[in-house]
Amino acid sequence: MALEFAVEVFQNEYLPEGAAEVNAILTVSATGEADAVAVPSADAAEVIVVDTSGSMRYPPTKLAAAKQATEAAVDTLRDGVAFAVVAGTDQARMVYPEQPGLVRASPATRSAARRAVARLRADGGTAMGQWLLLADRVFAGHQGGPKHAILLTDGQNQHETPHQLTAVLDQVAGRFTGDCRGVGTDWQVAELRRISEALLGTVDIVADPANLAEDFRAMTSTAMDKALADVSLRLWTPEGSRVLFLKQASPGLLDLTDRRVESAARTGDYPTGAWGGAESRDYHLCVRVNPARVGDRMLAARVSLVGPGGDVLGQGRVLAVWTDDTALSTKINAEVAHYTGQAELAEAIQEGLEARKTGDVETATARLGRAVRLAHESGNSDTAKLLAKVVDVQDPVRGTVKLRARVADADEMTLDTRSTVTKRVGKGR
Amino acid sequence: MVESCPECASAVSPQDRFCEECGRNLRVQRTPVGGPEAVADARCACGGGFDADGFCGRCGRDRPPARDRVEYVLPGLAGVSDRGRRRQRNEDSMAFGRVRGRGVAAVVCDGVASSERAEQASQVAVDTAVDLLLTAVQSGADPEEATGDAALAADAAVGRLARPGAEEVAPSCTFVSAVVTDESATVGWVGDSRAYLVGESGAARLTTDDTWAAQLVAEGVLTEEEALTDRRAHVLSRWLGADSALDAPQAVTFRLETPGLLVLCSDGLWNYLPEPEDLWAVLPRGVAPVEVARELVEVALKAGGHDNITVVVVQLRGGHGA
Repeated sequence: MALEFAVEVFQNEYLPEGAAEVNAILTVSATGEADAVAVPSADAAEVIVVDTSGSMRYPPTKLAAAKQATEAAVDTLRDGVAFAVVAGTDQARMVYPEQPGLVRASPATRSAARRAVARLRADGGTAMGQWLLLADRVFAGHQGGPKHAILLTDGQNQHETPHQLTAVLDQVAGRFTGDCRGVGTDWQVAELRRISEALLGTVDIVADPANLAEDFRAMTSTAMDKALADVSLRLWTPEGSRVLFLKQASPGLLDLTDRRVESAARTGDYPTGAWGGAESRDYHLCVRVNPARVGDRMLAARVSLVGPGGDVLGQGRVLAVWTDDTALSTKINAEVAHYTGQAELAEAIQEGLEARKTGDVETATARLGRAVRLAHESGNSDTAKLLAKVVDVQDPVRGTVKLRARVADADEMTLDTRSTVTKRVGKGR
Repeated sequence: MVESCPECASAVSPQDRFCEECGRNLRVQRTPVGGPEAVADARCACGGGFDADGFCGRCGRDRPPARDRVEYVLPGLAGVSDRGRRRQRNEDSMAFGRVRGRGVAAVVCDGVASSERAEQASQVAVDTAVDLLLTAVQSGADPEEATGDAALAADAAVGRLARPGAEEVAPSCTFVSAVVTDESATVGWVGDSRAYLVGESGAARLTTDDTWAAQLVAEGVLTEEEALTDRRAHVLSRWLGADSALDAPQAVTFRLETPGLLVLCSDGLWNYLPEPEDLWAVLPRGVAPVEVARELVEVALKAGGHDNITVVVVQLRGGHGA
């Protein structure tokens, strides 16, 4: 691959005497000429999973829009890309091709797929774990390149226990990546978020079915721009230390802490999924080390970006230097502060909305007020706008808000869904 | 007595002037020229190995500058130099040597923290001075004259480190030396590094600090107690370096009649043990010079280790030299 990676580390390496926590923002950037990095189409695989449960019939525009969106996605597939369409109810079945497996995109296969999609009828329940298992089977024979799934649903996972879904997610995590879309307002944000996190992808709401087609086209196009799949962040940390967390902080929050796979002594790998050219992501790393003496310098973590073959694509160093100079040790690194704030913002929104649902007005007002203040301080205007639809903002600087009496379900779900979308740290870095 | 060559470890007899195996001069033994960096550890204290960037692959520690903790041991004398707990670098240096059958020479220099490349200044100073002193010991030259020459040569060598146009921060350091032969010991000094003589019943300070505070005490302006807490206590009135205008070190020579120890140290030690009685009180008895030096450094570390600490201890055999 002609993709080139760079790892930059942003941190204040100076710690006061006795301090053990080392924070750093790792910026990983992939660069490469579009032509040079374009995946040979034969390497990429795309599976589109469409919810065809009974609820998709109401309103009738929903199924029609889902079909249209799927057709748009199919049309976006470049010649040679391996693809399939799966329909999901309380079971999963192949829409195109008929047998579990992938087909190369061509004018003929694309139109055959469109015809099969047009014949879809909505009926039955919802068991998303089954859908994912079939997608996994479909991908199974595919060698090489990025494997990506799009999952569309309009409802809750009613015909499966959360436990069953967890078991499936554990099984398929790392085998392909995927983005989830919820259409309408009858689905559960937490549920789809769980799936998208396991698949290292995004979750979003498409409140108006009319917008589905454009969204599907964009997702498919992004997926095909990925040039390198299965890239891991490898962390070496010193003996006696512990990685307290590793989170993707931008473009969206994604906690990778529990995804660690030990790869060598004091070394663990965390999946980052697939990368395209001109892509940059930020990660927030927090390591607890054994404090050393004032004046001592320590390598708190070595960060390596590792390709699917184990080849090191880029490296960075996270340092710790203990000092009794408080002018040095009390400085908070701007990047670390920013993403700590963005993580708190997401948490405040989710907790505030949860409290609002349970009727705990006091907590909801406090948490959403805090969120308004954090969004304002960090210049996250997208989130600030979404918040303003749920609360009446009286003073954004102090975070003084009042809960709105009537809030559209779509507005509340949009805020919840996009709470993990962070604003990237300011320019000039 | 069977000895071994310090270079190649083959057996040599006390009469040999050179090692028959490797040709090393056996009469003169000395600490490494250039200081500890020349003989740095290949492994981290935790047992791990260092990577290309100098970090331990196990505990993550930076390869410690070899100067952080230095121990040198020769028959009859030893030295320990430690970065202490607060300073980023160890800017003290020490060098010493022994001419078999003739005597020993030792030098301690403390780089002035406010100057540039202070550790380089102190290292160059000790190397230059100890060379001259050992040559004098070997040839039987007058120790006091040699001490003067050594201090001036060190002063000139440190002076050559200065950058034109940066006189304000010209590399500089203190100086204390000892030449010990069968009959006598000569101590020379510039600045506030000290020498103590430890006998069977007490200790005595051999040096007077070249500091503004000490000068004011001598003139009766300040008492000893006042001087200790005065902010000028450590402001040097004399030093080695480009801007020193040094004409001669102070020096004292005395006859050796009883066994004891000669202790050279930087202010990182005596800050915590200002009076000879303080030193006497903590000094371990009946142990080798290196143990004495380690213990004294430990005392300063436990007391806070605010400065670099260097201690060189010479065993005096009482009329039988060192």
